[in-house]
Amino acid sequence: MTDQSQGYVFTPTPPQPPPANMVGVVGWMRANLFNGWFNSLLTIFSLYLLYLTLPPLVNWAVVNATISGTDRALCEASPDGACWTFIKMRFNQILFGFYPEGEQWRPILTFVIGLGGLIGTAFHFAGKRWLVLFLLTAYPVIAFFLLAGGYFGLTEVETAKWGGLTVTLVVSVTGIVASFPIGILLALGRRSNMPIVRSACVVFIEVVRGVPLISVLFMASVMLPLFLPEGVSFNKLLRALVGVTLFTAAYMAEVVRGGLQAVPKGQYEGAAALGLGYWKMMILIILPQALKLVIPSIVNSFISLFKDTTLVYIVGLFDVLEIIRVSTKDANWIGFEQEGYVFAALMFWVFCFAMSRVSLRIERRLDTSHRK
Amino acid sequence: MAKDGAGAGGAPRTSLLYDPAFRSIAFQIVLLVAVVFVGWYLFHNTTQNLASRNIASGFGFLGQPAGFDIIQALVPYGQSATYGEAFLVALLNTMLISAIGIVLATIIGFVVGIARLSNNWIVSRLATVYVETLRNIPLLLQIFFWYFAVLRTLPGPKQSLSPFEGVYLNQRGLYMPVPLTEPGFWTIPVALLLGIAGAVGVSIWARRRLMATGKPFHSFWVGLALIVGLPVLAALATGVPFTFELPQIKGFNFQGGLVLIPEFMAVLFALSLYTASFIAEVVRSGVMAVSKGQSEAAHALGLRQGLTLRLVVIPQALRVMIPPMTSQYLNLLKNSSLGAAVGYPELVAVVAGTVLNQTGQAIEVIALTMAVYLTFSLIISLFMNWYNARKALVER
Repeated sequence: MTDQSQGYVFTPTPPQPPPANMVGVVGWMRANLFNGWFNSLLTIFSLYLLYLTLPPLVNWAVVNATISGTDRALCEASPDGACWTFIKMRFNQILFGFYPEGEQWRPILTFVIGLGGLIGTAFHFAGKRWLVLFLLTAYPVIAFFLLAGGYFGLTEVETAKWGGLTVTLVVSVTGIVASFPIGILLALGRRSNMPIVRSACVVFIEVVRGVPLISVLFMASVMLPLFLPEGVSFNKLLRALVGVTLFTAAYMAEVVRGGLQAVPKGQYEGAAALGLGYWKMMILIILPQALKLVIPSIVNSFISLFKDTTLVYIVGLFDVLEIIRVSTKDANWIGFEQEGYVFAALMFWVFCFAMSRVSLRIERRLDTSHRK
Repeated sequence: MAKDGAGAGGAPRTSLLYDPAFRSIAFQIVLLVAVVFVGWYLFHNTTQNLASRNIASGFGFLGQPAGFDIIQALVPYGQSATYGEAFLVALLNTMLISAIGIVLATIIGFVVGIARLSNNWIVSRLATVYVETLRNIPLLLQIFFWYFAVLRTLPGPKQSLSPFEGVYLNQRGLYMPVPLTEPGFWTIPVALLLGIAGAVGVSIWARRRLMATGKPFHSFWVGLALIVGLPVLAALATGVPFTFELPQIKGFNFQGGLVLIPEFMAVLFALSLYTASFIAEVVRSGVMAVSKGQSEAAHALGLRQGLTLRLVVIPQALRVMIPPMTSQYLNLLKNSSLGAAVGYPELVAVVAGTVLNQTGQAIEVIALTMAVYLTFSLIISLFMNWYNARKALVER
């Protein structure tokens, strides 16, 4: 009996490796590309689509493309490829419009200060609130004097000469910064208990949100001159800025309202219980929380504003797109529309995509909370 | 009791300035006065400016002859037409492109949104690339691209691209055959209407029977057969009462047939592809908002993948999707105004462009344009609110 019990020793069978077609590249392909006949068909169709589009695109944009030379002669030698020479020759205009060559360090400096400040806000350090204050107050003033000139020994550059990326950035950044306080006031007004204030804000917000930007810009360009007393006139850039700011303010108001609604009611009641008046309650307690919640939405509004600045051609400004459109009509460069628009698309895409990533990052960092 | 109410309860009498009710009323009166004053100031300046520039006012200009041509008109529009008729033509063009754009954008958006959720790696990556590319490029740029870089660089009429006999694509547009009616044609639309009515009736009956007895009846195929079959039968019975008019090349251009002008196509492509990228995101987030337990429970009940989607996931996803979808539709409608940039004769191009230039009556013209867009916005949001209320979760 003891013999039997000692003679039997349990030895488990060693685990077998998974089947060869379930691991590695083959396994991944089976799981992700060829699980089922329908998915296999889709995969094959997609690959065929890529085969049809990608190689010709790469050939056009890179392999057969021309970038050397200063006129269209070399481009015509390689008609199957893109003519980046066109973009190269126009690059300065695309960035600065007709801003005088010798003064172009000024927009560059403005841009570098702004970008540096923005990057700075991404880090945590002691004096961060001063940096934010600088960006919101002193920076616009500095930027104005740098770009427009006329003081401090800088030669004056009238706004009619501004163009290209400079105008696109000036319009979009000014639009978002100027519409921010107006939007906050409108949002507060819309949530106010006073019927006249509330209805005035609701009417403004809903009317502006109900019409296209293009008609607001039309209004700014043809009706502003009518509204003002005789003899007073606006320059085109200011007209565009007024239109864009009013338009964005209405959208900003809705964004801020979302934030205000998301702040729990206890916060309002707590502030009131402490004896804070309306403005103190808003500035010290409610708005800091509400605005923090809506930072990603503000970045998203900025992205759509940045794309919408292409419409300022209505008032007669030369933004990036308008400069490129005019360039493709140039008698020396007829027939390079594709290069022009593809380049413009690439430029806008880089800006907007980068900003949308930033917005996602902020969203993740601010998500301190409540959801799993 | 010198001051109202304050001393009545023995509470310390405070200045009227600290009375919230009084402050609220005073503030509102100040605001009202300010608004009225600014309004009056603007009105005063405007009337002075208009008088000094000799510009008429009022909507009388709508009855005057316009004297310009419009390249796409859905209703007859001749040289002697009035500004009012030009306005109508432009309005119809805006409605046409928005309606077709909304349908196309919804279809493409749903396909791309579902594709982004696919477990097929390459399909979901392609859909992601589509969304991230198109929504980060300004719409105006996309319209320019389709118009100037694609459609305007096509060959002229003599070297037209022709994928099928009777369909020609060239610089001047897309030419297609158009059916010409003959006597007896009226039977086909009538049969179509009967088919639709029959299909609706069958589906109502099937639903009632399902509710009463639990026995399903697949009304879809029957309905499809009714809608397609009846008109075909009617056409065969009356001896095919229509012929196709093919576009013919005459001189330098095509004549006859249906023409889609390049301006229309460029705006339509750009508008629907751009909006589709946003709708795809709406669809994706809608489907993802339905918790996984719902589809797991449906599988546990024995429903197959297709039925799970149709009966469990999509009805719940729709509820989340309706509000953002509404705003996308409204955006599409408003964005159709960008057609003005390539000369598609829609509301802004014709009214705020040409009519404004000819009459100079900026205020009336801009007010008219804005009023139209506001009305449309209102109608679409009312409809979507109604639909939303129907689909909303009924809670206790």
